[in-house]
Amino acid sequence: MQRITNIVLTSVLAICLLVFSVPTKANASAEGTSTEKVDSANVTTEAAAEEGHEAKAGKFNPSDVIKHHVGDAYNWEFFKLGDKEIGFNLPCIAYSPDHGVSVFSYGKIAEGEAYDGYKVDHHTHKLIREDGAKFYDLSLTKNVVSLLLSAFLLLLIFISIARKYKANPGTAPTGLQNALEPIILFVQDEVAKPMLGKKYMKYLPYLLTVFFFIWINNMLGLIPGGANLTGNTACTAVLAGITFILIMFSSNKHYWKHILMMPGVPKPVLLILTPVEILGIFIKPFALMIRLFANILAGHMIILTVVSLIFIFAEMNVGLGWGTAVFSMVFGVFMFCIELLVAFVQAYIFTILSALFIGEAVEEGHDDHH
Amino acid sequence: MLLLETMGMAGAGIGAGLAAIGAGLGVGRIGGSALESIARQPEEAGNIRTNMIIMAAFVEGVALLGVLTCMLIVFK
Repeated sequence: MQRITNIVLTSVLAICLLVFSVPTKANASAEGTSTEKVDSANVTTEAAAEEGHEAKAGKFNPSDVIKHHVGDAYNWEFFKLGDKEIGFNLPCIAYSPDHGVSVFSYGKIAEGEAYDGYKVDHHTHKLIREDGAKFYDLSLTKNVVSLLLSAFLLLLIFISIARKYKANPGTAPTGLQNALEPIILFVQDEVAKPMLGKKYMKYLPYLLTVFFFIWINNMLGLIPGGANLTGNTACTAVLAGITFILIMFSSNKHYWKHILMMPGVPKPVLLILTPVEILGIFIKPFALMIRLFANILAGHMIILTVVSLIFIFAEMNVGLGWGTAVFSMVFGVFMFCIELLVAFVQAYIFTILSALFIGEAVEEGHDDHH
Repeated sequence: MLLLETMGMAGAGIGAGLAAIGAGLGVGRIGGSALESIARQPEEAGNIRTNMIIMAAFVEGVALLGVLTCMLIVFK
């Protein structure tokens, strides 16, 4: 049991590292670069967009609703009561070299007015500077707050479990510890051991961390009103990036020999094989990133589309809308149950593939009979 | 301009469908043969299931890349 205590404690440490690494990255995509793009695009699309907006005024637009729900935001809106949004504003933090740090609530700029030189872009709903200059957007957005919340939850859960293992070692687990021990052992015995062989202890903390981090965020994202964190490329890119760094740092001579000079392959074939293998180094973590992000995003979008159907049909005929509601609710609940499964399976797949790729990198060469 | 946009949308729709067909064929074959092997050797069910999920994830990853491209066309 001492072993599990160690694992849990190191996992907690690794989570702390994750927390510090992700918030800045999660916002990197929201940095000021978008302003230029918007400026040039505005000129051409503004007129068209305005027209379209007026024509569609009051009409239900499922694409906008879905984008709003799965996207990041500067406020955390739980639901709408009539025209009133129930939720809270989050702090905007912006830094520009010539202007210093500005911290203000999103509520001050929500209606489109400027505050301290910053305002929200009408089309992209992103923070921009009034003069269009570049700046660093370090705001605590919905996704960042959700990430901090999940990290806090993980710390809370795993520190309490680690304490229990330390307080009474060798006894039967109780409570929360009892609920999570099978999952910890599952990651250890079904993921780490078969993929990594003898060296599994070294990588188990990372695998456990990444598993529970993805799982809890998938689940938090499924709660109505929750943030779609694992369906965000920035978040999954950081997770895949950590796996990539881990592969690179633990790779041995045997691994590189098989990439650069695959033994037992005719020389002309190497001309094709080596570039493909080198590309493969980067494609593996990239695929990890896409798989997690697209799966979670697609799951959210399916549920939202099914719910949107009600309003699309209700615009044609109110009775039809009510009829669709029955179908939509049943199908929505069904999809939600599938998503609960997907939340676990995606965490499992990310972990097992990470373990597989790391395992390839640390594998010692056996006899040269291949 | 409108024609181009419409054709882009149609292309995205067709692309998403093709990606789904590809993923369906791939995952279907993997699932089918995995079930067959489990029926032949039930004692190896755990091992086969793990490998099945890994293979399905690889197939699905490529399909998702296709779907993502279609999504980018639609949402810009």
